[in-house]
Amino acid sequence: MADKLKLEMVTPYKRVLSEEVDEITAPGFVGELGLLPGHTPLLTTLKVGELTYKKGNELLHIAVNWGYLEVEEDTVTVLVDTAEKADEIDLQRAEAALGRAEDALKTLPQEDKQHAIMEAALQRALIRIQVAAKK
Amino acid sequence: MPSLKDIKKRIGSVKNTQQITKAMKMVAAAKLRRAQEAAVAARPYAEKMHAVLSHLAQREEASAHPLLSQRGTGRALLVLMTADRGLCGGFNANVSKAAERFIRVNEQGFEDIDLMIIGRKGRDFLKNRVGDKITKVYENITSEATYKTAQLIGQEVVDAYSEEKYDAVFVLYNAFQSAIVQNVTLEQVLPIKADAAETLDDSVVDYIYEPNRGEVLSQILPKMVEVQFFRGLLESNASEQGSRMSAMDSASRNASDMIAKLTLQYNRARQAAITKELMEIISGAESIK
Repeated sequence: MADKLKLEMVTPYKRVLSEEVDEITAPGFVGELGLLPGHTPLLTTLKVGELTYKKGNELLHIAVNWGYLEVEEDTVTVLVDTAEKADEIDLQRAEAALGRAEDALKTLPQEDKQHAIMEAALQRALIRIQVAAKK
Repeated sequence: MPSLKDIKKRIGSVKNTQQITKAMKMVAAAKLRRAQEAAVAARPYAEKMHAVLSHLAQREEASAHPLLSQRGTGRALLVLMTADRGLCGGFNANVSKAAERFIRVNEQGFEDIDLMIIGRKGRDFLKNRVGDKITKVYENITSEATYKTAQLIGQEVVDAYSEEKYDAVFVLYNAFQSAIVQNVTLEQVLPIKADAAETLDDSVVDYIYEPNRGEVLSQILPKMVEVQFFRGLLESNASEQGSRMSAMDSASRNASDMIAKLTLQYNRARQAAITKELMEIISGAESIK
């Protein structure tokens, strides 16, 4: 059994990561999910959230959008719509998006289709800000 | 024999054309580079997607999800990817002809085949040939294909398939190999064919699914369709630019040849005119003597 996990993260636009890491914490659909080497095969969907991985003594954070994660023989494959490392996040844009989403949510009725969309946007903005703060 | 003035005019017009083809070639080359990068960048995602799917196929029966199960041969949908603009060599014609052939060959096999066309040129080509099959046309989406675009098409196709409107979905596009070579490629999109790579021993452990198996499958499988379309769009776009670049390159070269030939003709005519004038002068001088 290897003592490292291979973390592969890809989005439709590029390969974000391909690294050997020690530990991964991912925003699984049913809750936060910690992964260590030797994990049993797993397939889960991810929600908008923060994925953290540990490499040596370093803790790194990535904001991920909807996607899914597969564990197979110490290889963790993460397929997500978007992924941004802490230093790639445009904080101003995220804050602007947050303001827009909040304003829209105040005026929109709950049943509106837009409501769910704006709520998702709000989530994404919050996560981005949260991750950016951990730079 | 055309007059000097005529030839000169001709040379001018060919030069103008050459300028345009040269400019188009440069633009296509620049666009090709970007399109190629995008296509290459998207490859890891598609490959990983396939890997996950083949892992899945080792563990799941084909009947596990509607998108995986074969439903036999009822109605089929062919999604054809072409360009919105012409002047790119055989790009549109090749893939459109392949679509026509596909329909003719498979007409017996399926009850009916519908055509969804992406790009104006494909529609123009096919509307007089198999116009009654065309059900949907998308225009002006190929030049800046984003994942969103692929998502919309993917969702539409998956919905139609789930409603049992179609029993099989195929996609036909130009796969990018190089600026000179593009391969017309036909792929089956639905039902999803997961080639269970190297069936390992019996030690394959079942996945833990979160939140649960049905939920995970019904989220991942439609994604697979979207990725396939996304990839097709990017490849098709890169092929279009590559095809245009080489077409415009040979057009520019043909124009150069033509200019050389016309210049030769022009000089000959000029010389003939000068000789004729000299003869006239000399014979005029002779007669005075």
